[in-house]
Amino acid sequence: MARFIARRLVGMVFVLLAVSVVVFLIFNVIPNSDPAQRLAGKNANPALVKSIEEEWGFDESLPVQYGETMKKIFTGELISYDERLNVADRVIEGIPTSFSLCIGAAIIWMFFGILLGYLSAVRAGGWLDRGLTVVAVAGISLPVFLLAAVFLYLFTFKLELFPSSGYVPLEEDPVQWTYHLILPWFTLAILNIGFYSRVLRSNMLDAMREDYVRTARAKGLSERRVLLKHVLRNSLIPIITLFGLDFGATIGGGAIITEVIFSLNGVGAYAAESITNLDLPPIMGVTMFGAFFVVLFNAVADVLYAYLDPRIRLGTSAQ
Amino acid sequence: MALEPRPDPALPSGEPDEGFPAAPAGFEVEGRSPWYLAYGRLLRNRVALAFLGLFFLIVVFVLAAPLWSHDVAHTGPNATHTLEKLHVGGEVREVVTIEGKPIAPQWFEAGGKFFLGADGGLGRDEMVRLMYGGRTSLMIGFASALITTILATILGLMAGYFRGPTDAVVSRTNDVVWAFPVVLLGIALGTALAVGGLKIGPLELSGNSLWIPILIIGFVMVPYMFRPIRGEVLALREKEFVEAAVAQGAGPLRIMFGELLPNLWSTVIVFFTLNIANNMLLESGLSFLGAGVRAPSSSWGKMVSTGVESIYTSPLLAFAPGVMILLTVLALNVFGDGLRDALDPKSKIRLEARAGVVEPQGTAV
Repeated sequence: MARFIARRLVGMVFVLLAVSVVVFLIFNVIPNSDPAQRLAGKNANPALVKSIEEEWGFDESLPVQYGETMKKIFTGELISYDERLNVADRVIEGIPTSFSLCIGAAIIWMFFGILLGYLSAVRAGGWLDRGLTVVAVAGISLPVFLLAAVFLYLFTFKLELFPSSGYVPLEEDPVQWTYHLILPWFTLAILNIGFYSRVLRSNMLDAMREDYVRTARAKGLSERRVLLKHVLRNSLIPIITLFGLDFGATIGGGAIITEVIFSLNGVGAYAAESITNLDLPPIMGVTMFGAFFVVLFNAVADVLYAYLDPRIRLGTSAQ
Repeated sequence: MALEPRPDPALPSGEPDEGFPAAPAGFEVEGRSPWYLAYGRLLRNRVALAFLGLFFLIVVFVLAAPLWSHDVAHTGPNATHTLEKLHVGGEVREVVTIEGKPIAPQWFEAGGKFFLGADGGLGRDEMVRLMYGGRTSLMIGFASALITTILATILGLMAGYFRGPTDAVVSRTNDVVWAFPVVLLGIALGTALAVGGLKIGPLELSGNSLWIPILIIGFVMVPYMFRPIRGEVLALREKEFVEAAVAQGAGPLRIMFGELLPNLWSTVIVFFTLNIANNMLLESGLSFLGAGVRAPSSSWGKMVSTGVESIYTSPLLAFAPGVMILLTVLALNVFGDGLRDALDPKSKIRLEARAGVVEPQGTAV
């Protein structure tokens, strides 16, 4: 197991290194414009442009610039072009909001996903099962912003049940925190509930045909025990892996649109703000931040999978 | 492999089996190609056909944009009507009131003008914009899906066929792209390219060209199709027909495109359909955030983002384009799913062909 984790960690470091190079290239090679010129303003004199070029290191060679940029990102000294604000400060400021949103949504989608998936597997072919199929297909076809717009219109305007925007820190007032986050949580979670319940359902239906389930029944275990302890437990393994990937993707950028619509000042909203100004450093910072979480949770998912299913870590394929 | 004529388990019992029709004595059984069998299965899937019909309706709707614009609404998608007034049955209605409130949907009261109302302070005809915006959305979805499909198929064939160093390079590159959050990578590329456009040799694209989102989305989605294709090629290349081709002296190109590719067609076609849906969703998200389609073009995603600003006063401005995206993506997803069932009933590609679902453990380096 230790060897597997070590191998996975080394792989993760390499992927992150490659990611950082790609991010650097995207922001420093593709833009067909001179950043010094942009910083200096439209009608700047050449001397000013030159001094900015030297100050920011735009005149250095690309590898040197890469080193400098990475140093700035990791020491938290990356400065935005637009208002010359510190990118790291703003990202750190947004973390509690983003994490509150993502973790809450993840709990909701896992809870309902497993519950509904279990119920529809147990009563395969029933009305719940059919209904969930429709919800799952609609769920993966629904743009987040449409759902958010419908929620906003219905629950904050027509029914006046929930606030439309704003974030209240958890440590300040847990009740208000929950109250303000309920709509965003469900917006983010609903799309995944249908999907997770479908995956769990098909896993469970496969597992029910396995020999160990027949053995468990033959031993005289109650149906409930067979379903919970034998079928559900084994079917959850792929779900956990999937959750690792999806949770990483959600924290690493999947929540941007939700943050924007519900005016939550998280990390994603910061990136979205910077788009309008074509302010590249914040987007660069947030992209690195997001990629880190995707890669991290990919690795966590792999390790968890290997831990739960020894066939993976021992090198034999799962199937 | 999965396309061999065999008893179709999907058939209700009692019905004559299509794979092996009960031939009367003395008659030769006519051979049927796998494609013909798949076509038969597809025709029996009413739901999939209904959603294909819906998709065609949407295509007709957006194709009719110039007709509606010239002959019914008498205005273009970007024409502003801020100070104009409509005369509806003796009543005068301002397109945009002094307070900046746009006119509500007129349906056919004004002869089709402002059918869905105006789109906010600028007083543009929402219906015309919806039709033209749809053209952009569908065009980007289709073109980018074509790019994704072609790139992923060629890379998958190369990586799976050559294995070794080629596979290592191609697969690791895909892993790096995979490691990015899709939306963020789209935003990053979208803003970086919007700054000064794209210039590769003779190819020059301005920052607001439609080709920029097409290329970005087409490229970003490649890994999600590349992995399953590569996996399939790895399995196929061990088959006897490849061995036979090698024995005949066929080169790598002929084996990849002449022998392996025909066996991949069903997967490629299904993926292409689902890619259009997924890519349209990504486009709408990017355009919503301002990193996709740039002015003066508009797309459904972008229209929703302007519509959300006035969601309480004129909710239709956000709902109409949003529902159009939902319907188009839904139609493609359901049809793609039916297509997969018809072409390859045993296939592992699920409708949810997205991050990590196909072989999740394959991420290990």
